[in-house]
Amino acid sequence: MENLIEFSEEQSLLLDTAMDFCSTHSPMGKVRSQIDEARGFDADQWNAMVELGWLSIIIPESHGGIGLGMADVVPIIECMGRQLMGSPFLATTLASHALIQGGTTDQKNEWLTKISGGAIVTVALQEESGDWNLQNLSAKATRTGDNITLSGKKTFVLDALEAELIIASVDLDGEAALLCLETNKIPGAQIIREDVIDETRRCFEISLDGITVPVTALFETNCLDSIEQAALLLLSAEMAGGIAGTLNIIIEYLNTRKQFDRLIGSYQALKHPTVDILLGLEACRSHVYHAATAFDHGSAKEREVALRMAKASASEHFAFAGDRAVQFHGGFGFTYECDAQLYLRRALWSQYQYGDEKYHRLKLAPLLLDEPS
Amino acid sequence: MSDQSSKDLEEFRAEVSSWLRTNQPSPDFLLPESFMEVGTDQQFEFLCSWQQKIYEAGYLGMAWPEEYGGGGMPQVYQDIATAEMAKLRVPFVLNTIGLNWAGPLILHRGTEQEKKKYIKGILSAEDIWCQGFSEPDHGSDLGNAQCRAARDGDDYVINGSKIWTSLGSYAKYMILLARTSTGGKNKYAGLSFFLSPMDVAGIEVQPIKKLTNEFGFCQTHFIDARIPADCIMGAEGEGWQVAMATLMFERGAAGGQAGGMSFMDLNMGDVLEFSRRAMRAGKPAIEDPLIRDELVQMLIEDRGNLLMNARQKFPALTSERPGAIAMSGKVRSTELKRRFTKFALSMQGANGGRFVSPGIVGSGKWQRSYFNSFSATIGGGTSQIQKNILGERVLGLPKS
Repeated sequence: MENLIEFSEEQSLLLDTAMDFCSTHSPMGKVRSQIDEARGFDADQWNAMVELGWLSIIIPESHGGIGLGMADVVPIIECMGRQLMGSPFLATTLASHALIQGGTTDQKNEWLTKISGGAIVTVALQEESGDWNLQNLSAKATRTGDNITLSGKKTFVLDALEAELIIASVDLDGEAALLCLETNKIPGAQIIREDVIDETRRCFEISLDGITVPVTALFETNCLDSIEQAALLLLSAEMAGGIAGTLNIIIEYLNTRKQFDRLIGSYQALKHPTVDILLGLEACRSHVYHAATAFDHGSAKEREVALRMAKASASEHFAFAGDRAVQFHGGFGFTYECDAQLYLRRALWSQYQYGDEKYHRLKLAPLLLDEPS
Repeated sequence: MSDQSSKDLEEFRAEVSSWLRTNQPSPDFLLPESFMEVGTDQQFEFLCSWQQKIYEAGYLGMAWPEEYGGGGMPQVYQDIATAEMAKLRVPFVLNTIGLNWAGPLILHRGTEQEKKKYIKGILSAEDIWCQGFSEPDHGSDLGNAQCRAARDGDDYVINGSKIWTSLGSYAKYMILLARTSTGGKNKYAGLSFFLSPMDVAGIEVQPIKKLTNEFGFCQTHFIDARIPADCIMGAEGEGWQVAMATLMFERGAAGGQAGGMSFMDLNMGDVLEFSRRAMRAGKPAIEDPLIRDELVQMLIEDRGNLLMNARQKFPALTSERPGAIAMSGKVRSTELKRRFTKFALSMQGANGGRFVSPGIVGSGKWQRSYFNSFSATIGGGTSQIQKNILGERVLGLPKS
């Protein structure tokens, strides 16, 4: 398992389809025009994804889905990352995974079919402290009879304005708990758009104060760890795509821009770090597809090691690629018009979601250094 | 494979393992890391007798024909024996150039007489072999070799010089690439290949001292050295093809090697093991938070390299730049080794500033390994040249 990658026919087909789909639906002009729109994605594009069955991939057949694993979503999200596609796909897939892992039978029955049909759902796991330990919660839930009253704030809630359902984490009697929060129960003024570094994303702060839900909204099990792991896999895959996209714009510029009568790509000061980005991409992509394999088939420890390594590798290499992309575009790189900034912003947003490389190395240390393997 | 034979193989593995455990020598001096670093008579004699012992036990050249001194057994037995040697970290086999390059070449295309003359001595370490390919002015441009071989009666007269001749001062024979004509249709056509004796008048071997203070490489000078004309392998002018066939064996692209390990191979597992023993600021290095972070970082990179090999099996996952993984293998693995051997110095407190010293943890072998690691980041095309090649051939960037 340690050095295993499996890649099925289905994954291969999904990779091909997604590559075509994303380059057709998300050219750079489209990415930029969506930045200026409130919801940040295109409804036709979303419907096309629903048609392709991408929202049903991980949903069990018993709930009308396709019943494949998270590994089958990886090639899709990688292609989206490559094109910087703005889409509620990441959030919806994460929330679907949460429902499948921890939701009650009623919750699954109600929501999984809706998601297959295109309902947008999301997760609200983070808070103002910016703590990556998702079990440290200050948002509270208090039980009164058959109702639960909520208070506190959640942050970085992706696509909350479009979502029909939010899976939120709260502290319930000193323990972390998850619950379903229907967006139409939240007063509009309590969903506030956040300014985040990646302008292709839509993130919201949600104030839970005064909101009451029935106890049936509670999840059956606290599956925060499993959601976190799914987030690491999906983000790392999207970032691997992001590195590939960044590398492509660098190569294009290095092959067209001339200085001192020479194409700038002929200068080793630019060529060699560009090769370093390639090597980072190759390493990151290998970690991602290994993590995808381990996600569905590995032991608990193998899975954790593979996912943390993938996110550490993705964070380090994508941030480096974005940083160099700006620098290598020279004066143009300093402008908003240059696409390098879009990749750098995406890289930084992703780097600090669910733990950067230093955080994951810290978490990996006891797994790799202290336990007998 | 039938159950019976797989049972046989398991029994054989156990037998080799037990023999190696019983006979594994532990010298009271530091052994070199590979056949390229043998610098003292003490090291040389020790390694010769170790190879001889393995051969006599029947664990070397197991798949080579019995009539020439081999074991005449299926290759799988040698593979098992070699794997056990690597696993138990026994000393490497010395006569690498004979065992893995010249030997298979002679078995593959040599005459009956050549097989009878050379093979047994290669296996027993009685006849040490060296290689005369590179020249001082033509490091990587092998086809441009200028060392001359001129036919004169029953002899060839050799003039010129070769460099980086490992084991040059101990070798009895050399595989030699030399120029027999200059007027051919291209530079390759004038080359010929020789199985040359080293103990003839006019061959002078001058050891080169390396940055580690060790010897091992030599420069070999030929001044009107006369070697018998029948030393030529193939016809005059076929030297390039024979040399390329040799490189296939050298790089492991063709099978038929005698077996055994040629290197003392250090990996991240060794670094990890060392970090538990080496002391930094009064505590095992592995307890230092900064050391831990760097260890994890390198383990991630090391795993990334292994996973690239796994990913390469799926064309769909490498289709955008199919050559990227294979062509970057050298720079990735050799640069990581350079970094982790250097990193091992920082685990030793002030002792990181010592060199080979029997009294300290690790005996200073990491210091030496760090210096020796440059041989791989420089030899065979420097890392900087590798990055030019990757930039130009894989990414399509303009030439520098």
